[in-house]
Order: sequence, then C-alpha cells, then structure tokens
Amino acid sequence: MTETAPANVARAELGSTSGESPPPQHYWARFARQPLARHLAVALFGAVVLYFVTSALSPYNNVLVGEIALYVVALAGLSVLTGTSGQISLGQGAFMAVGAYTVALLMNHTQMSFILELLAAIGAAAALGLLIGISATRLKGPYLAGVTLLLALALPPIADKWSSTFGGDQGLTTTVPSAPGNINPEQWLAWIELAGALITLVLLANLLTSRFGRSFRAVRDDEVAASLAGVHVARTKVTAFVVSAACAGLAGAFLGLSTGVVSTGEFPLTLSIELLAAMVLAGAGSLIGMWWGAILLVYVPQWSTSLSGDFNLGAGMSAYLATIIFGVVLIVVMIAAPTGIQGGLRWAWEHVGKASKDWLAARVAGPGRARAHSAQLPSNRGDHQSAPVHDSLNQ
Amino acid sequence: MNEIRDSRQVVARRWAGMVAAGSMVGALGIGIVAPAASAQAPGVTSTSITLGATVPLTGPAAPGYDEIAPAMDAVFAWANAHGGIYGRKINYVYLDDGYNPANTATLTRKLVLQDNVFADVGSLGTPTQAAVQGFLNSQKVPQLFVESGCNCWSDPKYPESFGWQPPYTVEGKILGSYIASHFAGQKVGYLYQDDEFGQDFVKGLNMELPAGAVVSQQTYDAATLSGPLSNQVAALKAAGAQIVAMATIPAATALTMLPAASIGYFPQYVMSNVGDDAPTVGPLLEAFTRAGHGSASEVKAAAGLLNGVISDAYFPPEAQIANPWVKVATKLLKDYAPSLYAKAGLDENTEYGVALAFTVVQALQAAGKNLTRAGLISAIEQSGKNFVTPGFVPLSYSTGDHYGFQGAEVVKLTTSAAPAVTPTGNWIGAIPITRVQVTNVGSAPVTTYTGKIELPPSSLVSTS
Repeated sequence: MTETAPANVARAELGSTSGESPPPQHYWARFARQPLARHLAVALFGAVVLYFVTSALSPYNNVLVGEIALYVVALAGLSVLTGTSGQISLGQGAFMAVGAYTVALLMNHTQMSFILELLAAIGAAAALGLLIGISATRLKGPYLAGVTLLLALALPPIADKWSSTFGGDQGLTTTVPSAPGNINPEQWLAWIELAGALITLVLLANLLTSRFGRSFRAVRDDEVAASLAGVHVARTKVTAFVVSAACAGLAGAFLGLSTGVVSTGEFPLTLSIELLAAMVLAGAGSLIGMWWGAILLVYVPQWSTSLSGDFNLGAGMSAYLATIIFGVVLIVVMIAAPTGIQGGLRWAWEHVGKASKDWLAARVAGPGRARAHSAQLPSNRGDHQSAPVHDSLNQ
Repeated sequence: MNEIRDSRQVVARRWAGMVAAGSMVGALGIGIVAPAASAQAPGVTSTSITLGATVPLTGPAAPGYDEIAPAMDAVFAWANAHGGIYGRKINYVYLDDGYNPANTATLTRKLVLQDNVFADVGSLGTPTQAAVQGFLNSQKVPQLFVESGCNCWSDPKYPESFGWQPPYTVEGKILGSYIASHFAGQKVGYLYQDDEFGQDFVKGLNMELPAGAVVSQQTYDAATLSGPLSNQVAALKAAGAQIVAMATIPAATALTMLPAASIGYFPQYVMSNVGDDAPTVGPLLEAFTRAGHGSASEVKAAAGLLNGVISDAYFPPEAQIANPWVKVATKLLKDYAPSLYAKAGLDENTEYGVALAFTVVQALQAAGKNLTRAGLISAIEQSGKNFVTPGFVPLSYSTGDHYGFQGAEVVKLTTSAAPAVTPTGNWIGAIPITRVQVTNVGSAPVTTYTGKIELPPSSLVSTS
C-alpha cells in the first residue's frame, strides 16, 4: 500500500515515530504491530505451505519450484531498486554472474562451509553493486540503464578471456551439499532455494518498513523534497543498489547450483531484460508479487513447449512462442492493471473487500447504520498505523 | 452405465472402445509373452523407444545447427518405416535450449525426470552439454554422441558420456602435420577463437609444427565478434605469415578473408572444418561485401575467396554427389524430411545429422532386444568399432575410449569440382588431397589410415 502512496504520505512517514502511537491493549495486537514478527509469521506460514507443496510434487516440478524461488530472489532485489527507490537496472544478470562465479570458485578451491560460500557470493555482488551504485548517483533514467546494460554485456567475456580461472566453455562445476536422509536431491535443492527466497523476502520487507524503506520512497518521489526532509539522497540510492545487487548475487549462486555448472552462456543479456520485464509485469515495488513474475518466467516456456506440441506448430513458430506469450501477457497486464499483477490483485482485493463489508454491514445493521459505518471506513484506511497486517500482506 | 448413452456419443464411444480394446490386447500381450516387461528401462515399451535431446533452435547458434536434429529425425522415421528397432519405433524429442546452459539444465531434467527418455542423444554444444554431464551420469542416463569436439566426452569419471565427431585437437594434429610436410619452411600464423574450441585446435597444431614456424598468434572473442578482424589480419600480414591456420566459426572465416583481400593479403588458409562449410560461408562472404557497398563484381569475387582453402573432412563432403553415402543421405532427406530438404538441402549440418543418427540406430540395434541403459553403453563399447557409418575411419569406441572419429582426410575447396547441390546455388567442391589420416588426442603420430572405408549397406541403398 505504502509503495503506491503519494509523495506527501511517504514524507509524512519520515516524521512519524513508533513512540507516538497509543499503547497496545492486547498481546497479539502488540505482536502484530512488530514488522519483523509480522513478516516472520507470514514467511513461516509460507514455509509450511511450500513444505507440503514440494512434498506433493514430482522431482521435475521441484526443479521448477527451485527455479521460481531463485528468480523471486533476483526479482525482489530489482523490485526494491526500481519500484521503491526509482532506479532502473539492466544489469541484474551481470550481478547474478558475479554471485554464481564466486560460489563456483570457492567450491572448487576452498573447503568453506556452504552457508559461508553463499554469503561470499552475496558480498561479492554487493561490492560490485556499491561501485555501480556510486556511479548511479550521478546518472538517471536511460543513462543509468545504459551503464548497467554495458555491465551485462561486458562481464561475461571476462570469464571467457581467463578461461583457465573461470573454466571457459565447460564452466566451473558446483555441488549442492548432500541431502539429509532419503530426501531426493531435487526436493532438497528446492528447499534450499525456497529458504533463501523466504529469508530474502523477510529481510527486504523489514528493510522497506524501516527508515531505509521510507527514505527509498521519499527519494523516488522527489529528490529535492527528500533532501530537504533530511534524507541523504546519494547514500540512499547507493544503498538501494547494493541491496539489489546482493539479492542478484544470491540468485546467481542458486542458478549455478540449479544448473550444476557456472559458465558465461547462462547469463546472456536477455536474462537481465527478462528479469526487468517480469518485475514490471509482477508489480514494481511489491515483494510478494514477485512470485507471479517468477512463475511466469519459469512456466511460460514450459506451457509454450506443450502448446506447440498440442497444436503441432512448426519449429520456427514454436521456438518463439514463449517470447510471444510473454509479450502478449505484458501488454495485456499493462493495459488492464498498470501496477502489475500484484497491483491488480490488490485493487480487486480492496474493492471486493469493501463491497462485501458494505453488504455485510447492510445485512446485519440495516440501511441507516450501514451508511454510517461505511462513512467511517475512509478515515480508518488513511491511518497507516492502524492497518499494519493489511500492509505487510500487500508488500 | 455404458449402455445408457446419448446417441451423439455413439461414435465417440466406438472410438473409445477400440482404444480400450487395443490397450487390453497390449496389456495381455505384455502379460503373456513377456512376463519380465515390468522391469523395462525408462523410455522403453514393447513398441517404442523415447530418446531426448537439447539443441539450439533459436538464438545466435541456431542458424545451421537447427537443421541437425530434424535431419536425425528423418533417419529415425526411415528406421520406423522399416519396422523400427526390434519392433520398437523411435520417438525423438528435441527441445530448444537456445545454447544457454541454464536452459539445458532445466530441459534435460524435464527429459529425464518427466518425459522419462531412455537416453540423451545428439545434444549440441560444449558449454550446454558440460552443464548436464554430471546430472546425466548421476542418473545413469546415456549421454550419447554429443555434438561437440571437446575432449571432455571421454572421461573415466563420466562413463555414460560419448563424443562422436573428431576432437578439435585431432583436427589440429592432422592439419598441422599436413602443413609441416607440404609447406615446410614457410611462416605460419594462427587465428583462433579464444575459447576451448580454438585452444584445443592450436594444441593439436603445436604438436605437429616445428616451434620456429609460428610467427604470429591472433585470437578473437566469439561473444563480441561483430565486424571485420582487421587488426588480427594486419598483424598476420606484418609478421609475414604465408600460411594462416584458423579455428573459426563460419562468420569469423568470412570476417577474416574479406579484410585480408582488401589489403591485398592472400595467404594459404588452412582451417578447421567448423568454419569451412561452403554453403554457409559463401553466402556470408557475399552478404558482408554487399553490406559494405561492394559492387556486383566485388560480391561475385568475394565468394571466390574460398577457392583453394585447405580443410579437413571426416565424412564425404556433400558436394561429392556421386559418393554412395551422399546419395543415400540425399534420398533419405528427400523422402522422410521433405520440408527440411527444401529449406537446407544436403549441407554439412544435415549430412552430419544423418550420419550421427545412423550411429544411434546401430547402437540401439547392437544393444539387442532386451534394451537397458547399461546394455546400450556396453554394446557401444564392445561393437562401436564395427558400426557402419559415413565416417572415413571406424569409431574408436572401447571401454577406455569414448571419443568417436579420430581420423579425417585433408581436402581443398575448389570451384571447379562439382555441380551445384544446395538450393541456394552457392556451391563449392571439396577435393581430397591426402589419403585419410588417423591419430588420437594424445601422442599418437598422424599416420595414413589403411583400413577399409565403409560403403552404405545394400539394404540402406535399396530401401531408403
């Protein structure tokens, strides 16, 4: 909700502190007011659902679920960068490559623990993100897109150039830590990637409800106003870039694990462009919404393969069907719901929710009192402090 | 229940009944005739064998390479039309990975875990197939006849993997040996793609050429190849290279020859067969010249640059239309893949697909009636040497060798050899200038092959 709020709301948030709110009366109410607790509760619920989903799925579908999870990580970072802090990047694929090569190099040359390797991948991508982010503070819109585009084009050939280090065409092999018990390896990898996705989403959701998140939005809406309100604009933009790059680093490490090998061909320019398109399609600025984008990225090629099989399309047609479907969906969604799939769902949820509330109120209390009740609703909804649970679900 | 039906459903019911009856008979047949049928390998039924592959049908690697799998399918259609393999029809599922290893990883898991293919056969590319080598081997799925000249397919760590075409090192050795004996004392320059393809090829050249002979080594990057390789060509000319040995893809071949010609530099080109396919390179030479606003006569002259290029061939070049294998492959494509033939004709890629699919068919036959994955691997190791293919030398398969062809003849491209065979009309003949040479990726010397060169079996000639 707050992402689409107008600039004055974002600025108003900067001034508010938790101390001003009235003391909660109930333990659960107090619990629900803590962003971390709220986000953890949602993530825990998601984890339980995903546990049952992955257990019911075939090994191959678990492979796809794992890929969805890794794309969620990359898309969530991009969503924070573009949707929340207002910067555009065509280089998410390049940051993924950095993360993937970091993990692969560490796996081939050291005996580090798996978690440390993942953290190193995040750190390496974040470090590059810091460098690019610093230049990003001086660039805007298409110029920034140009710099990040250059990154996506220029990084892979480096790995080709020093093929003895980076494995050249054959790439560097990665190994997933062996699964405990008799869990099949596809399910195990899906769990690792889902865990990474849920942790990333919790951390990002927390970040966005913190002072940083408010600063991101303030800078996105109006840099001058933000700096007048005391926000350090350059530092805020760099922070957003580093966060986004760190997410891409983890996603890249996961892509390397899913593929089994890290080589330059996995990070073409089209990867960065597809990620950007999927993020916009899913709803820029949203986090939960990134699942839609990831699902489309993974499943559209699957559906198009079976579609072209069913309709017996020629090779020339079927090869491009996935791109065509993706393009059509993008156009339709942008016309029907300019805020993306998640924005459209949110709109529908709010309208259906309001309509059903009115209907219920009318049924229960009779016409006179229902009108009075619904008249109160707008003021309730305008108060951000009073609707925290609603807020977190929509992020 | 079945008796009470709407009359409109009678036809549908009749069909359903026939299908049900058919499957009943099938089930009974399996139950009575082959009690052990439940132990059948994945992808194998009493009537079918499902094989899978990932190949580039879109993206930068697709032009030309997208013809190979459909050409293989033509051979499988021919085999199916003649009774299949022990009564089993081959069902070939090839998916588009766009030459992206991440796609290959996902699609190969789909083929193995979901589509239950019996084996991965004829998949294309070094980076793409290297990405799934570990997975396929851990699943004990045969990774057969990978379309790549990487040395990595014969590796004791990966017993399920087999290469097929000559490793680039073998090509380099054969061409290096030719240069050393026929152009002794001349200055040699290298121009190669700066990745494993080029590096392996150069490794082979270096094993055969005297150390002092190489005067300049130039490289290019495949990912950033976008214009004439003028700097590299100028450096080769400045170093006085009389022979230019090249490991290039077709576009890079053209982008080398054109700037060289424009500065009046006409060395003897000796190149890997990866970049020598005349039906591919000829039109490129013309197109690039036209794009550079060349006159009609310059465009015509550009295609002629291929005249005199030395390369190697490990099966009969498609321009030798009198060759029995070329005749068989042409007829087979015409009959079983008419649309592919109308589009591509018999070029290096379609002939490659046909030759590779012949190998697949014989491997399945050799594995016998009771088809298993382990049985297929051991059949290739035991009898792969005896497979009859268009290749000049026998396949080198044994328990310790999964390479494939390790021999080739040196050929010279010429405009005066053969009539047109490709639909585009851009043809050029290739005349053998040595006997077939044979060696290996290791230290074996390059020697003349004295064994038999197989002709197509009479059954193939008469029934195709």
